[in-house]
Amino acid sequence: MKKDLLGIADLTADDIYRVLETAEAMREVGQRTIKKVPTLRGKTVVNLFYEPSTRTRTSFEIAEKRLSADTLNVAVAASSVLKGETLVDTAMNIEAMAPDMIVLRHASSGACHLLSRICKSRIINAGDGMHEHPTQALLDAFTIREHKKTIEGLKIAIVGDLLHSRVLRSNALLLTKLGANLWVCGPPTLVPPGIECLGVKVTTSVKEAVQDADVIMMLRIQQERMQGAFFPSLREYFDVFGMTKERVALAKPDVIIMHPGPMNRGVEIASDVADGPYSVILEQVANGVAVRMAVLYLLAGGVEDEAAA
Amino acid sequence: MARALARIAHEILERNSRIEDVALVGIRTRGVPLARRIAKTLNEISNHETPCGALDITLYRDDLSGNSSGDRPQPVIHKTEIDFSVDGKLVLLVDDVLYTGRTIRAALDALIDFGRPKAIQLIVLIDRGHRELPIKADYVGKNIPTSATQQVQVHLAEIDGKDEVEVLP
Repeated sequence: MKKDLLGIADLTADDIYRVLETAEAMREVGQRTIKKVPTLRGKTVVNLFYEPSTRTRTSFEIAEKRLSADTLNVAVAASSVLKGETLVDTAMNIEAMAPDMIVLRHASSGACHLLSRICKSRIINAGDGMHEHPTQALLDAFTIREHKKTIEGLKIAIVGDLLHSRVLRSNALLLTKLGANLWVCGPPTLVPPGIECLGVKVTTSVKEAVQDADVIMMLRIQQERMQGAFFPSLREYFDVFGMTKERVALAKPDVIIMHPGPMNRGVEIASDVADGPYSVILEQVANGVAVRMAVLYLLAGGVEDEAAA
Repeated sequence: MARALARIAHEILERNSRIEDVALVGIRTRGVPLARRIAKTLNEISNHETPCGALDITLYRDDLSGNSSGDRPQPVIHKTEIDFSVDGKLVLLVDDVLYTGRTIRAALDALIDFGRPKAIQLIVLIDRGHRELPIKADYVGKNIPTSATQQVQVHLAEIDGKDEVEVLP
């Protein structure tokens, strides 16, 4: 592993397998009566979240605490950011207090790369704009492997708002690295141009995407990032692209349904699918803690190739 | 090796009249097959199924990064599998080589996170000396005096294809 986890783009297939295997061992810690090990004792981890988050921030914080790190959360809404401080200045000030790691979520793509260049602390990307969300892709892969044993050769369909989704980019990079047959599907206005170069097959037909799929991954319609009119109405979106029981029936009988959350019920996914027997959505959340513990543990160690990092 | 392990199994029975309270926990990697072999012998002699678990101590090590050795990548972690309660048990920790004692220190911490054993005892196949902590084995397969520059490697059929102990200069 390199100094920072900025994106799946920097990881090799071996790195990915190493995280997934370490996460297996970390999950066992979460099943004990005493859910804590002393591994990161004395390390300080700052969770710096510039965007709202429930799952990711809680998940990182639980992971950090289970490894005995000292954690602190900077709530940007109550910080000097409101007084006009820039990201770099905030980061340099936090850095002056010598934390070991900074977990950053930011609305701008590339914010983590910027900090990576100026900070000595290790940076973990917890989502940067429309770019990457590596720990989400890792926990998705962990969840798929748990159900399907392997990722190689699986037909995986990702359906929804492809344009604004960092989860899509990280997942596309990861799943193609591990040899999945990846299909992506969404309204033409929400398909980013050039997406095929990630090695995915693109379609605007949900039927074609989910036909015989082993895994269906739904993406949220990110209304907060939509300034234009990408489709006529949420109701029409649901009619054409929403995941319903009827559409799930086209997939393999043992299909699993995933969603990175937060869900818009009745927009991209019907409630009876989200809560139905194929849904592994809450397992994804549970696995997130183990995967983030693995990432924290592996990054806390040395760098395999100092010169390259 | 087989004779040393058989003798240890007999010693365990000799010292502990209540075999029902005994549980074996092997320290990964090579303590695990050793613990299984001892458990098998105990079962044959006493006709009682002794529970046997596996402990990975990586998360409890005192030489993970952040100390002086921060330039090494992290060691690979494997699963800890202890599917019985250690409360009130006499837990016998099993490892292949006893050297500085730091692994055992970590194993004690790890084990205590699983409950409150009545007592913990230590079984090692090889004691090579050079302790850095006040730790002593209760059952020893063989004492091999070594110099600190030497390496002692235990090979086991389950992992390495053959049983042997090698002392490398």
